[in-house]
Amino acid sequence: MSKIGVFICHCGENISATVDVERVAREIGGMEGVAHAIDYKYMCSDPGQTFIKEAVKKYGLDGVVVGACSPRMHEPTFRRACAEAGLNPYLCEMANLREHCSWVHEKSEETTEKAIDLVKMMVEKVKKNKPLDSIKVPVTKRALVIGGGIAGIQASLDIANTGHKVILVERDPSIGGHMSQLSETFPTLDCSQCILTPRMVEVAQHPNIKLYTYAELESLEGFIGNFKAKIRLKAKSVNYSTCTGCGACIQKCPVKKIPSEFNAGLGTRTAIYVPFPQAVPNKPVIDRVNCNYYKRGACKICEKTCQVGSIEWDKEDEIITEEVGAVVLATGFDVKGTDFFPEYGYGQYKDVLTGLQFERLASASGPTFGEIRRPSDGAIPKKIVFIACAGSRDPAKGIPYCSKICCMYTAKHAMLYQHKVHDGESTVFYMDIRAGGKNYEEFVRRAIEEDTVNYVRGRVARVYEKNGKLIVKGVDTLLGGEQVEIEADMVVLATAGVANCGSEQLAQKLHVSYDPYHFFAEAHPKLKPVETNTAGIFLAGACQAPKDIPETVGMASGAAVKVAALFSNDELVREPVVAVVNRLAPPLYSTCVGCFMCETACPYNAIEHEEIKGRDGSLIRTIARVNQGLCQGCGTCVAFCRSKSIDIQGYTNEQVYAEVMSLLND
Amino acid sequence: MKIGFYPGCSLTGSSREYNESVVALAKALDIELVEIKDWNCCGATAAHVMNEELSLSLPARIMAMAEEQGLTEVVVPCAACYNRLKVTQHELEDENKRTRVIEILKLPYRGDLKIINVLQMLEAYGAENIKTRVTRPFAHKVACYYGCLLVRPHSILKFDRVEDPQSMDTLIKGIGGTTLDWAFKTECCGAGFSVSRTDLVAKLSGNILKDAADRSAEAVIVACPLCQSNLDMRRGAINKTLKNPIDIPVIYITQAIGLALGIGAKELGLKRHFVTVEL
Repeated sequence: MSKIGVFICHCGENISATVDVERVAREIGGMEGVAHAIDYKYMCSDPGQTFIKEAVKKYGLDGVVVGACSPRMHEPTFRRACAEAGLNPYLCEMANLREHCSWVHEKSEETTEKAIDLVKMMVEKVKKNKPLDSIKVPVTKRALVIGGGIAGIQASLDIANTGHKVILVERDPSIGGHMSQLSETFPTLDCSQCILTPRMVEVAQHPNIKLYTYAELESLEGFIGNFKAKIRLKAKSVNYSTCTGCGACIQKCPVKKIPSEFNAGLGTRTAIYVPFPQAVPNKPVIDRVNCNYYKRGACKICEKTCQVGSIEWDKEDEIITEEVGAVVLATGFDVKGTDFFPEYGYGQYKDVLTGLQFERLASASGPTFGEIRRPSDGAIPKKIVFIACAGSRDPAKGIPYCSKICCMYTAKHAMLYQHKVHDGESTVFYMDIRAGGKNYEEFVRRAIEEDTVNYVRGRVARVYEKNGKLIVKGVDTLLGGEQVEIEADMVVLATAGVANCGSEQLAQKLHVSYDPYHFFAEAHPKLKPVETNTAGIFLAGACQAPKDIPETVGMASGAAVKVAALFSNDELVREPVVAVVNRLAPPLYSTCVGCFMCETACPYNAIEHEEIKGRDGSLIRTIARVNQGLCQGCGTCVAFCRSKSIDIQGYTNEQVYAEVMSLLND
Repeated sequence: MKIGFYPGCSLTGSSREYNESVVALAKALDIELVEIKDWNCCGATAAHVMNEELSLSLPARIMAMAEEQGLTEVVVPCAACYNRLKVTQHELEDENKRTRVIEILKLPYRGDLKIINVLQMLEAYGAENIKTRVTRPFAHKVACYYGCLLVRPHSILKFDRVEDPQSMDTLIKGIGGTTLDWAFKTECCGAGFSVSRTDLVAKLSGNILKDAADRSAEAVIVACPLCQSNLDMRRGAINKTLKNPIDIPVIYITQAIGLALGIGAKELGLKRHFVTVEL
């Protein structure tokens, strides 16, 4: 007969406030096969675990049931305690008395009875449990980093510097991301490109980093330590092994009026282009949507110009497969365009800009070489209005969250403007000034006090154009709600930071969860900020939520450490919750008839064909076998198997029936 | 095409020309307007600041009467009435409020009546006929003025773009007119302060007219009786606040389309305006 030990936890008052835990222990103690049943205030604490270990030894227990919180929380804790006492850890089960009972019901007789039932089910299950051994899988010590902005760059460099190989995939023709577009950075006003470009070069030259630009992740299969990534290398139409990056083709390209993505639409570029002069790699790609040859079949001027014959017209997208052990997602963010704001002119006024566009105007590498000039007529604006929280913190716009970086960059913009246009007047409309961060508040005060930026606390209701001026109508809520009307030459909207386009699809490809705004979801908001719910996939930077550069870099380094820690193991231990095909003594061998319905059902390609051969080597039968490395224990094959030959270890049909029958036998 | 019709008080008093033009235009477009029997005031601006139950019961009674009459869709030309009816319908989705109002009215109320404004009626049932029946294209540059109540609150009315509505502009373009891209489409005209604070109305309506005139509009087109009367009747007070007096007329969308279809000025009530209409 079984000798099961049952341990009921009060979880402080979490369980005991609604469930009569003493009665649960008492009644379960009377069950057939239960050798020992107690309750205790904190089962997960050190004395609690000691109770379990001592009971295992004292009573010679062959099964343990802990009635406590969710197994997601403490199953590993209690299994480890059992293992330390010499019991196979898979002979320990948990009954979830907290999330499934005490937290969702009022205190009552029925609640206690439900708790008793939950424990009873587990006792019956444990009677059928068999000792299992955990599965060991090898680790591929190579990381995939998706996104080549500052987050991806930092994560790649940190991982590469621990001696592991990194594959960095970037969607655009160059790495650098949004940071390469910025002029100066708060709160020190150091030039963004000056601090970023050395890092970009380091990535390109690092022996441990393989860089794929103009590439996107096609699919990701496998699991922690053993992913298979298919990467689409988009056709660049230029052979990078021969191209010298001389730039002659760019000079000659006749299609010159394409809005430049790098300049946020304020400048133009050609069809064959390098996004910006400091690009890495500094070699061009052909934008096939806008190229005359791909549009009309004629032109080929770049080919005639190219001295080394690098243009490859017929090059097609290539899909490569890389095996990696961990993935870092660093796909960044996007900002809302001015067309998102009907009240500020639906994007039809040329001199209403986004913050990112203003960065380009203020940047020495921008379309005006750093001079603040109006896109409409090139004039230097004498009056400029900055509107913070454009879209952010506005549930009516579907963006209830704070975009976090706008208060700081708006202060920086106003400051840069005052430094460049000495007789200019700048006004910032704000809701609150959120300047939490080292030297951030001082920076904003400097804008207000030293650079005489006029801060008005209030919202702007409307911006409209009249006689070449932008009329900004707002309210000053600190001066008795007085209406303010400013005739401005330029208006800059600190538009909300939003998830990057395609983030939802990418999350689905990777089986990573995301929030309602399509930012990737961390595994725990406080204690697991760089992990995702999918083991082996980590997050870095603004793809998780809007954040500034220091925070992004910190997070990227955090993700890199997680990857390095993972790679410090030669093998990973996996739960043995996988499917198995039964094997019997000859002449039966197995009840499997080899129909391979399971093979068609398995989403992970884990079903293999096993040939059973006689002593003379002749084939007796072919039956199914489960590859334990690939199986994820989903159980689909179990449902499909017509001869009931497959079972999930730890969740066998027999065990589940035992649980159900325990309820029906009352 | 047969549709329920709730004129409301304004259309029988200060804005008779709106009523006349709606009726004339509907006739010209083969739309039969069936007036709700024994209708009452919607409560206008007064009821909902004084007493919530009253402000819900008055419009609810109108809709209950229409439901009883077997109507499924009602056009409400006055923007304020339209707004009150729609908001009431929305409020009465709340079980408790509905029960209370039915108790007060002692009438059944289902709440499934479709309430539309004049622009929606013309879009849905007039667009085709307007296109084929234009005899005198409305070749004027005009400013379409929507006011506050036609588009707000958007979460309840769900009509047009709230900051830059387009439906009236589309109708005007359909009869050969050109419309302004201007800034005051949905600014407030001063509304019910017309009597108590004429000075405020003169200032607010003046802002609207000035922007339209500065952008050389030949007329302002409206779909709200109160907007019309403030911009038209208060023109004297408005002009006193401005450096240069403004003489552009303020006409209803129904009058503009009526003119394009060749309906007479008298029939459209164009003679009733304070600012002379010569279009």
